[in-house]
Amino acid sequence: MPVRAISSTSFRQMVNVAAIFAVALLAVAAKPAPQQSTSIPKERYLSPIEMVSSQDGRLLYVVCQDSDEVRVVEVQSSKVISSISVGRVPRGIALSPDGRQLYVTNAWSDTVSVIDTTALQVVQTLPTGPEPSGVVVDRDGTSLYVANRLSGDVSVIDLKSGQETKRLLAGRGASYLALSPDGKWIYCTHIYPNAGAFRTQPNSEITVLDTDRQTVVARKSLHNVAGVFHVAMSADGRLGVAAQLRPKNLIPLAHVEHGWAFGDSLTLFGDDVGGTVQVPIDELDRYYALPWGVAIAPDKSKIFLTTAGSQSVTVIDVAQLLKTVRTRRQPFVNDLSASADYVVARIPVGHNPRGVLFSPDGRRLYIANRLDDNIAVIDTATDKVVSTIDLGGPKNVDALRRGERLFYTADFAFQGQFGCANCHLDATIDGLQWDLEPDGFGKDIVDNRSLENLAGTEPFKWNGGNADMPTECGPRTEKFFFRSQSFNQQQLTDLVTFVFSLPYRPNRSRLPNGELTPAQERGKAIFERTKSKSGKPIPEANQCAYCHSGPKYTNQQQVDVGTGKPTDRSPVIDVPQLPNVAYSAPYLHDGSARSLEEIWTVFNPKDTHGVSNDLTKDELNDLIEYLKTL
Amino acid sequence: MKFRIWFAALALFVVASLAAIAQDMPRFLWKNFTVADGLPDNHVFCVLVDGNRIWAGTENGLGLYENGEWKILRPVGPEQPGSEQQGIAHQAVLALALDKRTGDVWAGTMGGLSHVSAGRIDNFTQLNSGLSNNIVYGVGVQGDFVWTATAAGASRLNTRTGQWSLFNNRNTPMYEIWTYSVSPAADKVYYAVWGGGVLEYDQQTEHWKDYNDPDGENEMVVMKDQGLIHEITTSVSYVDKILWVATYFGASRYDGRYWHNFLQKDSGLPSNFLNQVKGIDGTHAWFSTDQGLAYYDGTNWAVYRPALDTHKPEMLVRDASGVVKTISVQSAPAHNYILGVDFQGDDIWVATAKGLSHGIRQKNSVAMAKVISRETPKGKK
Repeated sequence: MPVRAISSTSFRQMVNVAAIFAVALLAVAAKPAPQQSTSIPKERYLSPIEMVSSQDGRLLYVVCQDSDEVRVVEVQSSKVISSISVGRVPRGIALSPDGRQLYVTNAWSDTVSVIDTTALQVVQTLPTGPEPSGVVVDRDGTSLYVANRLSGDVSVIDLKSGQETKRLLAGRGASYLALSPDGKWIYCTHIYPNAGAFRTQPNSEITVLDTDRQTVVARKSLHNVAGVFHVAMSADGRLGVAAQLRPKNLIPLAHVEHGWAFGDSLTLFGDDVGGTVQVPIDELDRYYALPWGVAIAPDKSKIFLTTAGSQSVTVIDVAQLLKTVRTRRQPFVNDLSASADYVVARIPVGHNPRGVLFSPDGRRLYIANRLDDNIAVIDTATDKVVSTIDLGGPKNVDALRRGERLFYTADFAFQGQFGCANCHLDATIDGLQWDLEPDGFGKDIVDNRSLENLAGTEPFKWNGGNADMPTECGPRTEKFFFRSQSFNQQQLTDLVTFVFSLPYRPNRSRLPNGELTPAQERGKAIFERTKSKSGKPIPEANQCAYCHSGPKYTNQQQVDVGTGKPTDRSPVIDVPQLPNVAYSAPYLHDGSARSLEEIWTVFNPKDTHGVSNDLTKDELNDLIEYLKTL
Repeated sequence: MKFRIWFAALALFVVASLAAIAQDMPRFLWKNFTVADGLPDNHVFCVLVDGNRIWAGTENGLGLYENGEWKILRPVGPEQPGSEQQGIAHQAVLALALDKRTGDVWAGTMGGLSHVSAGRIDNFTQLNSGLSNNIVYGVGVQGDFVWTATAAGASRLNTRTGQWSLFNNRNTPMYEIWTYSVSPAADKVYYAVWGGGVLEYDQQTEHWKDYNDPDGENEMVVMKDQGLIHEITTSVSYVDKILWVATYFGASRYDGRYWHNFLQKDSGLPSNFLNQVKGIDGTHAWFSTDQGLAYYDGTNWAVYRPALDTHKPEMLVRDASGVVKTISVQSAPAHNYILGVDFQGDDIWVATAKGLSHGIRQKNSVAMAKVISRETPKGKK
């Protein structure tokens, strides 16, 4: 019987119908089909995240993360006058000192697009490190500095040759940069904490680069901080400010109602304060989650801070802030009453506000409402939103966008303390281990797991206790995490739909041609071996490829591989998926293995988590090189 | 009368020649540092100069001398969990290397490899990384790669990708895996393999080649200059396409085609027991021996040390003919057991078994170059 060909149009229609049916099913059963929702028709939203202004303030250049473009807005008319396609998932932007070039980092292309501001087109593409994020140009326009999130360093690019000359070690998840007004220093922040000993307070840093020597000259230590976002300097160069999170991951999250889980705060540095000083922005009974974008008014009168989980902008009086710093007994970052001394306004804005930018005259402040596809314009004298610039995104708010808004908001948590995105920063991880369950102090410590391409990896939780995503995101989150109101059925469906839509990030360990390097080939053979080096058969259940099988390298079973700890209620662990495993350190269910190597060199003494003790160091290295490609 | 005039002229010429040689050889005023000055430990394995910053790897910590003060880095003990202070991998620091592009320092220790970057320390061990072994005798930086010489072969870390590559008896001609020193350059990387001679890695072809006893029957060369002097190598230094090698039984120089060997008996080396060699270029090199610090300018030799018998400061100069003279000096390195050197402009810093020494180059050496004795080698007059 001949097979009837399906036309591409018919096929798309079938896919659409199937997808709509799938969404309908989700709404009813709140159980998304176990495949990626890439097959669901998806609006191409813009998701503005960062902005720069032309030197005369006439134009705004807006990085649109989801549409892979820069939209150019004429401020006076509030009209988009051009859209410039760039690389995948653009994230940062900088303007050259002469205003003739824009530099846009493409996080998923590992490049910088150079845009001619006269022609409004990309004229050059420069290679960077993995997942380039923040970017600045030095004052003479000869060198570009790019923060690479995945490698935790800063690329120094010679703009004359277009070549990357070196990389400077920054913090883990290096993401945001600021140039000092005199051009001598660059400050770099990072979103994941630096590696530390197991179950100790997280530490982060503000990395200080010397633009003359092009080296790291200092690291400002941020104790008990994990998740540092924008950093900004005052025009006189005397005050620096970085937005940050202070997680309380060493105590049970069960006690949200007894105290905060995250401290939303700032680190101040510079001559105005001397050293570094951390200050809270929360109030005793209300939290302003995910402090993200920060800017200091040109006259240094105010600090404006977007709180991405609270749909608001916090306004801080700098004089009052400095007075508090000088008079209060330090440290007072955990004293939430302090913010009343210097927070002068909370301005409601759109969903997931991110980038913040002053107009050149300082009279207007632009806020990128990432999940509204618009820019809020704030009058900096009255601290009011006076207009909104529509960037021209889709008007329909679909399930994915609704779900994404739910993912990023802290509205559902007790006192607005936190949302999903507090731990899953930019829908990834936070590099922390949490004491989540109301099971007693110090029980079942769990490492934060990646959310990439989760469909088909059920059940969830490290013990496999949640059979599906609605259970994971619904009752568990509501009861154990948020301690507050529940999602309704539609909201839960939307949230689950969004979580299931998160794709894999590009894997940088794979060769472009899809082949494996010799080391990766050798590692693959070890991964798939059925006999030990002595020739003895390895029991099936102890072969790597048995548990880590299937397209996502998990057989979705729960097993005891000997990695349980005395603090665990059960040693039975859900087999985790492995794709992009290199990006999610630390490892094991409790994060006790700081590196892939430690999984076997430290935590597999009896060959219960695969047979590894017959491997030479070379062979273990090969295995790890292969795992990085998955 | 004519004879007396001739003899006087000859004597004047000899003295002038000797003075000229003495004058050409570098002279130093030695300032020595010990624990009394803030040095972490008197047993100094290695020294590294980075501008005005001096790093000293000792048996009990890594010292940083800057602005007249010592700062000490050691491992952070378990009594300081969560401390903001970061420690190095092990207190015994055996080797140091500077990444000149970034200013970062890499320290090879008895417990792993430490990366020191503007106050931050990241430690790589055989358990938490792909490092082949925790005992890191040598370290070198070339571009994005950090090469280490360990007690279980060589390791190379690609700092951009995080990939570790191991080189040992399984994938190189390295029949001993006790690598002791590494000298990486853009074209070649050389390893001193203790008991295994020298290994050469070609950066372009990615092939390894070994240099050992040429006849393969002994550990050492039999015919002078036939090949590497001895297989128990301790240090390599590759500069200007010239390889300098230190062994426990003499030193070698290799230009890619010809070997030239140096022994105590036929050179100015004060001993055949060498801990380190450091080439300045293809002609000049410094040798760290158990009986003093030696300098070779391609023709003449100088030795700096406390005299082996009296322990008084001593400087010896040996010319091409083998004539050795003793130069009057007022100071000497802290000890005659020398482990390593590095350079700060014209100055030299020396790691010894009893302290760290700073050799401050003396410019106006004419008046100071006083020859106080002269020895002629046997068979010569």
